[in-house]
Amino acid sequence: MHRTYTVTEIRDENYRTKTLVLDRALIAKPGQFAMVWLPGVDERPFSIAAASPLTLTVVAVGPFSERLHQLGEGERLWVRGPLGQPFELPAQPSGKRLVMVGGGYGVAPLRFLAREALTANAAVEVCIGARTAADVLLAERLVMDGAVVRVMTEDGSRGGRGLVTAALEAAVLEARPASVYACGPVPMLEAVESRCLAHGLPYQLSWEARMRCGMGLCGTCEVHGRRREGWLACSDGPVSVS
Amino acid sequence: MTDAVDLTCEFLGLRLPNPIILASGVIGTSAALMVRAAREGAGAVTAKSCGPGPRAGHPNPVAVDWGHGVINAIGLSNPGAVAEVALLADAQARLRSLGVPLIASVFGGTVEEFATVARIVSGADPDLIEVNVSCPNVADEFGTPFAASCADAAAVTEAVKVAAVGIPISLKLAPNVPSIGRIAAAVVEAGADAITAINTMPGMVINADAGRPVLSNRVGGLSGPALKPIALRCVAEVASAVEVPIIGTGGVMTGRDAAEMLMAGATAVGVGTAVWYRGVSVLGEIADELCAFLRGSDCAGLGDIRGRIFE
Ligand SMILES: Cc1cc2nc3c(=O)[nH]c(=O)nc-3n(C[C@H](O)[C@H](O)[C@H](O)COP(=O)(O)OP(=O)(O)OC[C@H]3O[C@@H](n4cnc5c(N)ncnc54)[C@H](O)[C@@H]3O)c2cc1C
Ligand SMILES: Cc1cc2nc3c(=O)[nH]c(=O)nc-3n(C[C@H](O)[C@H](O)[C@H](O)COP(=O)(O)O)c2cc1C
Repeated sequence: MHRTYTVTEIRDENYRTKTLVLDRALIAKPGQFAMVWLPGVDERPFSIAAASPLTLTVVAVGPFSERLHQLGEGERLWVRGPLGQPFELPAQPSGKRLVMVGGGYGVAPLRFLAREALTANAAVEVCIGARTAADVLLAERLVMDGAVVRVMTEDGSRGGRGLVTAALEAAVLEARPASVYACGPVPMLEAVESRCLAHGLPYQLSWEARMRCGMGLCGTCEVHGRRREGWLACSDGPVSVS
Repeated sequence: MTDAVDLTCEFLGLRLPNPIILASGVIGTSAALMVRAAREGAGAVTAKSCGPGPRAGHPNPVAVDWGHGVINAIGLSNPGAVAEVALLADAQARLRSLGVPLIASVFGGTVEEFATVARIVSGADPDLIEVNVSCPNVADEFGTPFAASCADAAAVTEAVKVAAVGIPISLKLAPNVPSIGRIAAAVVEAGADAITAINTMPGMVINADAGRPVLSNRVGGLSGPALKPIALRCVAEVASAVEVPIIGTGGVMTGRDAAEMLMAGATAVGVGTAVWYRGVSVLGEIADELCAFLRGSDCAGLGDIRGRIFE
């Protein structure tokens, strides 16, 4: 069932991204998501960017995300979740080197994971990919959290120029990570997967797909591909573990 | 105590490795997912219902867990019969090698559409065609389901029976009728080889804070735990009314629930919503639990409990 939440704080993250802090917690792990319902509008999946209080980071790319951006403090939204399988940290994270790769809104769930890992004394390096400097998400916050951050932009306006997998490659060559975590568009995930396979590194990827029931019933969010046959992003994922 | 329990289920000449059948509309949307259901232990798998043309289905929300079960109004999303037949053929080729029968599911807006869709999907050589005359979630477009009237349900049965050229058919009935036994008798008289009972029960869930129905379609079909007593009553009524085999479906979450369905007169047991509560592996787990129940009850096979409430 949906539970009613009220927006208590709105933070601008970049020119098209806002973080909505809600009035109470949702017990959830990094990598899990919730279905967010605006009555009369639609219901869409959003990653849990923080659990206590529940926090969502929304990139305005279309009708639904724009409606979320129009919400003001004190306004309500409805949440069904947590849903899906979370990222798993190593059994003993202390002292382990973890590399995370985020594109687009994908940095938001990774920051939740990064904060848990840092609290457990892991060393966290986050590679952030974006089109331009203006699209870079949450880099300063991650640095304040204690992570090492590498930025790549397609036009070179901030950090290195090129795709985020170049930053992953550099991070891996510097020191072998215990695990790689990624969330972002499917082509980015496929590139990260092939780099991890080439290096023989364990990895966890959070997949995006159109979702309807969110309950593993309707079959809409099946991720096709040789490595994941008959795999549902909402209930088997969104996180796949190598 | 008997040591060997035989879960093999004879159904219209088919041999199911066990009586647990994946119900229509739950993960039956691709060959890969249907093969997965078989590998996870289903004794047969039913594809998502398909109609004459592609349908996107309803906008979100399309399903929620309301506390005692699920309500859904997916809206019969499907790729249309022509695309579906390719998917079914792919699934059938892979399921045959696993020894798990494939059940196609068809719907239409008119008697002729039912027949057309059945003729097209016959091309994939499914082991059974289930005829969904009972979807409660498309009333705005299709009007009252055919399962609501003996004459309408019989007319669909006759047309599909001819179109299915030798493939047996099962009519999937609705619980919300004054006498499901009379509908069952009418479709069996018209040529139905089996009955699937039941589809979901129409309902509405409202969120009081939002002051609105939760589903975009406003109404939907109730499934899961809340449906079980309704399904057991319907299966028992159908079993009393007709002799054909029944796929007893509705609210089965455990092997014990499956045993109850068999005791009410079912030959095989459909499982859908349990996939939400327990994951896809629930299909094999329910079969294992049913096996354990039979062993603990000193039964050697399904025949020992089938229809027991009538003894
Ligand atoms: C598990 C999961 C978690 C998600 N978490 C988040 C999240 O934390 N924050 C978030 O903002 N979104 C997230 N999304 C995406 C979100 O559910 C919607 O798809 C998104 O808000 C677009 O909906 P819309 O109606 O605004 O635009 P639509 O009309 O659906 O999309 C407009 C266009 O933008 C493209 N597009 C869709 N999503 C994105 C995107 N994220 N970035 C760039 N282009 C996009 C579409 O392909 C389309 O071309 C998540 C999706 C999944 C499956
Ligand atoms: C998400 C969902 C989609 C369904 N889609 C169909 C369908 O396309 N065709 C059909 O005949 N029944 C459909 N059903 C009904 C189921 O096959 C089954 O009859 C009903 O859910 C009761 O069984 P259960 O409690 O085990 O789920 C659907 C049910 C659910 C929950």
